[in-house]
Amino acid sequence: MSLLSIRDLRTEFTTPAGIVRAVDGVGFDVAPGEIFGIVGESGCGKSATCRSILRLFGGAPARVAGGQILLDGVGDLAAMPERAMARVRGRDVAFIFQDPLTALNPTMRIGRQIAEVIVRHRKIGRAEARAAALDLLRDVQVTSPERRLDAYPHELSGGLRQRVVIAMALALSPRLIIADEPTTALDVTVQDQILRLLRARRDSAGTAIILITHDLGVVSQVCDRVAVMYAGRIVETGPVREVLDRPAHPYTRALIAALPGQAARDADLTPIEGSPPGLIAPPPGCRFAPRCRLARPDCALGAPPALRARTPGHLDACILSEVPDVLA
Amino acid sequence: MIQVILKRLLMLIPVLIGITLIGFMLLQVMPGDPASRAMGTRASPEELAAMRRLWGLDQPLWVQYLYFLRDCVTGSFGVSIFHKVPVIALVAERLPFTLGIVAYSTLIALVVALPFAILAALKRGTAVDGAIRQVFVALIAMPPFWLCYVLILWLALGQGWFPTGGVGQGVVQNIYRLFLPALVVGLSTAALIQQSLRAALIDTLKADYVDTARAKGLTGAQVFLRHVLPNSLISTISIIGVRVSWIIGGTVVVEKIFSVPGLGSLLIDAIVARDLPVIRGLTVFFAILVVIVNLITDICYALADPRVRLE
Repeated sequence: MSLLSIRDLRTEFTTPAGIVRAVDGVGFDVAPGEIFGIVGESGCGKSATCRSILRLFGGAPARVAGGQILLDGVGDLAAMPERAMARVRGRDVAFIFQDPLTALNPTMRIGRQIAEVIVRHRKIGRAEARAAALDLLRDVQVTSPERRLDAYPHELSGGLRQRVVIAMALALSPRLIIADEPTTALDVTVQDQILRLLRARRDSAGTAIILITHDLGVVSQVCDRVAVMYAGRIVETGPVREVLDRPAHPYTRALIAALPGQAARDADLTPIEGSPPGLIAPPPGCRFAPRCRLARPDCALGAPPALRARTPGHLDACILSEVPDVLA
Repeated sequence: MIQVILKRLLMLIPVLIGITLIGFMLLQVMPGDPASRAMGTRASPEELAAMRRLWGLDQPLWVQYLYFLRDCVTGSFGVSIFHKVPVIALVAERLPFTLGIVAYSTLIALVVALPFAILAALKRGTAVDGAIRQVFVALIAMPPFWLCYVLILWLALGQGWFPTGGVGQGVVQNIYRLFLPALVVGLSTAALIQQSLRAALIDTLKADYVDTARAKGLTGAQVFLRHVLPNSLISTISIIGVRVSWIIGGTVVVEKIFSVPGLGSLLIDAIVARDLPVIRGLTVFFAILVVIVNLITDICYALADPRVRLE
């Protein structure tokens, strides 16, 4: 039984140039206690997919235009009225934003910001909430937590602020945490600490995590399963080792080939030519076809190809029956 | 905090010396003879000379300046040639009305601007937002003297709800009598606040921490009242500060039309009468008030935004 089950999700942004279909028929499942990675370039729809789950679009003119977001024991979040959705946010599903520098209210003390989420969902007094906030800061290994409670965000370093953001996410022991590039804004050593913290939480409390990133290294380090997104659709998904070691879709292969390798230096770096298509009027057929070195004429025909399994649990959306191994 | 405030007040001294100097020099350039203004056209040359001697106008300029400085330091700010009383006494009589208009009009401005700024920001880009903008742009464009007369003709003479001018005894009566002048001043303040607050709200609504607040499960109203509005109001503080500095000396027209004995009309009367000590004294006094208002604005800013420190 999966904890979260997304079916044919469609999310649209209304822009002056037209309707951008940022998420166009995305579906995946997340099991309890699983760390599920979503990777892709900027603008591929990975962030929009996850923001759709809790309907947090940062004031952008976006809406979930179709599909289902089934949360176990709660129902279809996509069809849920705002009032009921507010009770799910923070309690069943928590969200960690990318930039800890801007994700905290600059004029509110840390302790109050953490306590706020507890007070919202539980009948609890001010002092109790403050004590709970202190415990949470300890849980995320903030040094001298008593002192931080009354600090303002600008008095903390980026790494500490991200720990505070994580403390707020952990406050009510949600079953699912969505982390939208939680380490992108941090330097490498801090990145590692934050990822360990998230994984430790999964190991101790069985919290499922959806981790959005553009960093395949992060994926291989912490994720159990991964989905690769391109132009609003998932092109490949499966267990991390499977996808990274035996990538099936040409886009996944190109993505891995574009990584700086360990052996050679320049020879290993193979950039992907061209840029992703616009999502107001995406090209027909496979959306990667215009940039794909293996594309055949029938790749650019009809509807985008659906995901299908080559081996059990490892799915990809390439119509070629045998993908030649020319890129890897 | 206290230390910073004291330091800022000490820094006021060189500023004030500069202002006394400029104020004094400018008045020397101004045409017209205070003595003949005070005595009338039929005074004999001997009488005028006696008058000049009495007020020290026959002394060399630098001596006059030093006298003026002495008057500022001793707190009298000089003695009015026309009223024959210390300038500070004239100011004390009128300051309550000016400060009353400052406070009253700012209150009216907030009451008017707040709901419309919020409404416009929440409905940004719609017809409602456009209509609100038109009305407030019209408010900015409206000349105060014209608005004064429209209000007098309509609400005072037409409906008879308010007096056409003048002040009364006590706070309660003046809240009633000063309503129209405070409304005129307040409406243009409201227009300024509405525009800046709308922009600030729209900015804040897009901020990441607002999404964080929503991700905690807070309701729309909780997010707005706890996170969006307080952070947006910070920018309004400086607008109010600038406006208050202006209102203190700049509401001459409104004070004149509604016969409010405030500092603005005192200054105009003094200029017309060539009452040099009053003009000089008021110049220095206005400067002190503006500096104090700026200091208070900075203190409020530092209290509202922990990232800002008083320096």
